[in-house]
Amino acid sequence: MSKSDPNAPKRLAIIASKGTLDWAYPPLILASAGAAMGWDVAIFHTFYGLPLLLKELQAEVTPLGNPAMPMKMPFGPDGFQKINWPIPTALQTAPGFNALATGLMKQTFKNKGVASIPELRGMCVEAGVNMIACQMTMTVFGFEKDDFIPECTVGGAGMFLDYAADADVQLFI
Amino acid sequence: MTTLQEDKTLDCSGMLCPVPVIKTSKAIKEMQIGQVLKMVATDPGAPPDMVAWARQTGNELLDSHKEGDKFIFYFRRVK
Repeated sequence: MSKSDPNAPKRLAIIASKGTLDWAYPPLILASAGAAMGWDVAIFHTFYGLPLLLKELQAEVTPLGNPAMPMKMPFGPDGFQKINWPIPTALQTAPGFNALATGLMKQTFKNKGVASIPELRGMCVEAGVNMIACQMTMTVFGFEKDDFIPECTVGGAGMFLDYAADADVQLFI
Repeated sequence: MTTLQEDKTLDCSGMLCPVPVIKTSKAIKEMQIGQVLKMVATDPGAPPDMVAWARQTGNELLDSHKEGDKFIFYFRRVK
């Protein structure tokens, strides 16, 4: 995959290492934007970034251990929506809290006009982004190629570095 | 000031980054070289993004301006 042609398009190489709903956004936004600018783009999905390739996406989010995450309501009057609710850490461990936080974030993003993760991933696939599943992570966590979207490829560190060595932009997310 | 006549209009109102860039890219690929695309967006991040998109893709940004809460762009497909 080495880039020997000097007239070849710019190249973006991303490692997606996180799989929560919030962290699913940066690699997919940058990859789809890069492809829209005519760049050659690959995302190497490793560790917790690997489930982003599952046919049925299950990405969730939690404010637990992340005090920087705003906790705002996606409904009600403007002033109400601007309140950043101080949720005690103990409450964040309650059963169903992940689902609640995930639902609120999805609704907020939808209200503001942000594409959903399945939509963004679809845009990446459509634009020809090479979505690479890390073989080692598949083996460790017990995933099969059939668990993932059919457009993805499978590779390892050597394959990614060979691609990234000639990339104009390399990002670890 | 010359009046620009678009061959196609794309409305990206209400959409946030990176969707206006992606939709513009798709729309212009479906047009002929030399044709003009008018794109309308409300995302305050669109102006710098669309300038960058034009520079990176080599398509020409003929004009951009604001009308109320809308950002209007005219691109000519160059390649």
